[in-house]
Amino acid sequence: MSALNIKKGSTSHSAYDLRDHNATVIESHTLAVIVENEPGVLARVIGLFSGRGYNIDSLTVAEVDHTGHRSRITIVTSGTPAVIDQIEAQLGRIVSVYEVHDLTAEGPCVQRELALFKVAGKGEARIEALRLAEIFRANVVDSTLESFVFEMTGTPEKIDAFAELMRPLGLREIARTGVAALSRGA
Amino acid sequence: MTKAMSGAKMVVQALKEQGVEVVFGYPGGAVLPIYDEIFQQNDIRHILVRHEQGAVHMAEGYARSTGKPGVVLVTSGPGATNAVTGLVDALMDSIPLVVLTGQVPTFMIGTDGFQEADTVGITRPCTKHNWLVKDTAKLSETIHQAFHVATSGRPGPVLIDIPKDVQFATADYTPKEKTRVAHYQPRLKGDPDAILRLVEMMEAAERPILYTGGGVINSGPHASRLLRELAAATDFPVTSTLMGLGAYPASGKNWLGMLGMHGLYEANLAMHGCDLMINIGARFDDRITGRVKDFSPHSKKAHIDIDPSSINKVIRVDVPILGDVGQVLEDVLTLWKARGSKVNKAGLTKWWKQIEDWRAVNCLAFKNSEKTIKPQYALQRLEALTKGMDRYITTEVGQHQMWAAQFLGFEDPNRWMTSGGLGTMGYGLPASIGVQIAHPQALVINVAGEASWLMNMQEMGTAMQFRAPVKQFILNNERLGMVRQWQELLHGERYSHSWSESLPDFVKLAEAFGCKGIKCQDPKDLDDAIMEMIRYPGPVIFDCLVEKHENCFPMIPSGKPHNEMLLGEADTQGVIGAKGAVLV
Ligand SMILES: Cc1ncc(C[n+]2csc(CCOP(=O)(O)OP(=O)(O)O)c2C)c(N)n1
Ligand SMILES: [Mg+2]
Repeated sequence: MSALNIKKGSTSHSAYDLRDHNATVIESHTLAVIVENEPGVLARVIGLFSGRGYNIDSLTVAEVDHTGHRSRITIVTSGTPAVIDQIEAQLGRIVSVYEVHDLTAEGPCVQRELALFKVAGKGEARIEALRLAEIFRANVVDSTLESFVFEMTGTPEKIDAFAELMRPLGLREIARTGVAALSRGA
Repeated sequence: MTKAMSGAKMVVQALKEQGVEVVFGYPGGAVLPIYDEIFQQNDIRHILVRHEQGAVHMAEGYARSTGKPGVVLVTSGPGATNAVTGLVDALMDSIPLVVLTGQVPTFMIGTDGFQEADTVGITRPCTKHNWLVKDTAKLSETIHQAFHVATSGRPGPVLIDIPKDVQFATADYTPKEKTRVAHYQPRLKGDPDAILRLVEMMEAAERPILYTGGGVINSGPHASRLLRELAAATDFPVTSTLMGLGAYPASGKNWLGMLGMHGLYEANLAMHGCDLMINIGARFDDRITGRVKDFSPHSKKAHIDIDPSSINKVIRVDVPILGDVGQVLEDVLTLWKARGSKVNKAGLTKWWKQIEDWRAVNCLAFKNSEKTIKPQYALQRLEALTKGMDRYITTEVGQHQMWAAQFLGFEDPNRWMTSGGLGTMGYGLPASIGVQIAHPQALVINVAGEASWLMNMQEMGTAMQFRAPVKQFILNNERLGMVRQWQELLHGERYSHSWSESLPDFVKLAEAFGCKGIKCQDPKDLDDAIMEMIRYPGPVIFDCLVEKHENCFPMIPSGKPHNEMLLGEADTQGVIGAKGAVLV
């Protein structure tokens, strides 16, 4: 399964770990966690974060290997380097977890999120919304005379930026999937 | 050959195949089919407890004293929720347990059925792993996997929730060797490069210390032998956490005594002043480190642990070695010998001289009394009168526990069972029964506080029923002594609810249970009374009335570094700041 074939890079316990672990700066890290798709596995992962006081900024999960029953959980979390290491080690301890990858530490990765925006308005605002959607390469997936639903895929920052622009133009609702991420290269 | 059988039969079959000899349990509606199978066989002994918490602590005592996993069987709902404290206790102290719970039938799950509780939901953070088995065909395999998970890597409790219809239905039994071994295979071998670095550091060290923990005991008797070999080969001083007592013998020449909040002066100052700390199967618990910022400021630190999450969790170390203590120690010793390694003799001689100076402080000294029994004196006598016997000690939680750790000497691993991580009052009595069931001929003593002991005293019934001649040595100060001590030192001597009011007459209580009661309050009678307890062939409740206001020293107050230790009453005035008071 190509989705599971993640190269192992420099992780916290490797001999080549050059990060400053005494740093108190908060970093954002994207983790890919490959788990056995069994009942309760998501609760185990989420329970770990709430029980130990770690942050979840974004979380997505879906089965990526139907024959092997493997799911991929993508978690965006934040903390000091020491906390990020702990999160990785604690996740690795869960019996239903097969692999944990700190994509942020292992090298460049691509991150994408899908979002739907409902924007209601008439006249100038409506035209402006449509024009901006084009610039952001958002698709119109539903429209009435008073509203649009835009669909957009991009980095979380891009989605935030688009949402900001839509706000004065009649933004009513947003639905976001959370981040999916893969490391770059083979 | 696979064989079709009912789920209930499978449970008993799988336990037998796993070599289980004893199950601690309590029946109820949702496990009746399993109890029916237990009734119809003689290979597995069932110990009927009086409360499910007792069953789990008994299984812990059994496991800790034998190295084998403890097995528990309880019903759904309240049976399962009563077991929760024991599960967390075992999780914190890395005790291998397999706990089987009954559940309402699968078709009723989610309907708030009678005695339904979301057992896997409740126990998810209380176990190393848990399973809800919805299909009889998967039951035996799950049980075999459960034993694998409970006993591999860092041991811990696991739970299998079995709905009643799954117990009744039939399916093919999967034997142990056909079981798909879980992918869960923790790494046992340490990284050779890291081991080499450690050996190089050991050769250079001037002020080394071996800081050992429960991991040495969990790794098996082999690991304790290797630790002794390592200490002999290097002449490094050895200290241990509460959980690791006995891995290195108390009579051993390199022994410094226990470290930590109520640890010995020489052990804590050696930890503070060392230049090489070798953590072997311990976890830098807050009872050990005190103020993390000032913890052993001038040392290089190595840490041998099987659990990656223990490494760098609290204290950042220079040489992490992920692996089983026994295997890593073996590799360290092999390399040490192969290189013809020598220690830094001059440094080490000076270091021992320094340690002897600290030892001369005699930190466990206490003011004895002719009139009242001092708890320390009671333990000194207990130690003297039971030394050399085939002896196992359990404890409850409080001052008596710390005094027991200070004043009793352990020569071998698996001889000392205490609730370390969770600090569960009510652990000691049931744990002592579990130990006694595993070692019927041994002398098993629970060193108890009167308040803790009351928390699970119903288990005396279990001790009577199964002829477990456990000795309950209660240091009765009529106080929640440890709470009282903190109130004295941290809360302006306002003793809020730390009295043990309306205590039972323990001798009459013993009579009510049908066992022997002994009461002692005069130091002159103590030896005879202890001997009477030891010689009595059945369970004994020993009410030892001790000094009520004795404090446990040494003490490193919460939030203080090791070198700011209190040695006695004179040191206690105004020493604990507001910052320390918020810590537990
Ligand atoms: C179940 C539980 N509840 C509360 C506590 C808090 N606690 C710690 S020690 C202690 C007092 C124990 O009194 P006792 O058993 O008489 O022992 P002593 O300290 O007097 O020797 C208490 C209440 C605990 N550890 N466990
Ligand atoms: Mg007491």
